[in-house]
Amino acid sequence: MVTVGIETSGSEACREFIELAQPEHPSLIDAMHQMEARFGVVNIPNVVWIDENGVIVRPPEPGWPGATQYPEFLARRMRLAAEEAEPAELTPEEQRERDEQRATAETLRSKISGGQDRDAYPDAIRDWVEQGAASQYVMSPDEVVARSQPRPMTKSEGAAQFELGCHLWRAGKKGTAIAHFNEAHRLQPDNWTYKRQAWSLVGYEQAGGGDMGRFTQNAPPGREDEWPFDSDFNHDVAKLGPGEYYPKTM
Amino acid sequence: MIVTGIDVSKEAFEGGTGWEIKPEGACKGDVCIPLDRSGAFDLQLTADRLRMAIVHDADEGLWAIGPESLGDRALVTADAPELVLPDLDGDEFRLATLRGQKVVIVSWAPY
Repeated sequence: MVTVGIETSGSEACREFIELAQPEHPSLIDAMHQMEARFGVVNIPNVVWIDENGVIVRPPEPGWPGATQYPEFLARRMRLAAEEAEPAELTPEEQRERDEQRATAETLRSKISGGQDRDAYPDAIRDWVEQGAASQYVMSPDEVVARSQPRPMTKSEGAAQFELGCHLWRAGKKGTAIAHFNEAHRLQPDNWTYKRQAWSLVGYEQAGGGDMGRFTQNAPPGREDEWPFDSDFNHDVAKLGPGEYYPKTM
Repeated sequence: MIVTGIDVSKEAFEGGTGWEIKPEGACKGDVCIPLDRSGAFDLQLTADRLRMAIVHDADEGLWAIGPESLGDRALVTADAPELVLPDLDGDEFRLATLRGQKVVIVSWAPY
């Protein structure tokens, strides 16, 4: 196994997760989003299978180690962050707003998780490890190419725009970077990694950092005019039907 | 691939895009696209044949060469592309060193 952290901020943003996981496999950092350009990754988590001869037998696809969305240490932090954000007493108006936020969050969660059989994924990998080319999950080379992401010329342009955005962000030219990110989002509207990455870079700064800062991918309430993107995570996910965020894998 | 000019060398193009320039053309895995080889390596001509977008940011003096789109799919071949990325310590790891083993690449992100 090889893990790749796709993150423009590089090892600075990935280090804590990798050190907590203590991987025994190669654990790499992809600051310039090569996984998208070279393989066609468009969202994370994402898995590619490659056989002993260096031939891809399943193209990039959503995949999980099991039923859970997050590792326990992260789930616990998310619970704590939610509890800390909860005031001791709410006025009726605040309670109504809180209930609406929770209902929206639940709707988004169901759209993100819908249609996936996450338990089945690691079993499919085990089947391939044991059976090799005879595994029912192995695809032919033609099928692998056909089932990789569509890429018309506009998506090549979107990737080039995104790479310019990453390069300029890392060089500290954030305003110019955001202009290129917005162009990339226009040209590759279905690339969630391009969107989540750019939103996260800005959201982290607007949140003032913190454990959950990189998960801040929406215009801050009451400060929408400070959000430099044409959309954000909640608005884009709300437009989806079930199973469109993570297409069904198997 | 980010460059500061379009006079890119063959070697830089190969390293940046994963396409090799051979006598038979631009090649990736088992796919080779013929090129006019009468002159030196020509970025624009090669990008046109592979349908790679070239985006110029004139103010910053930068160009970005997008990935190939000639087959209208992200993969033109099932042969795994070369991937060279650093680990936490900055040491480069080449995917090709795992040839002979089954490999599962899991992409994740801290967002």
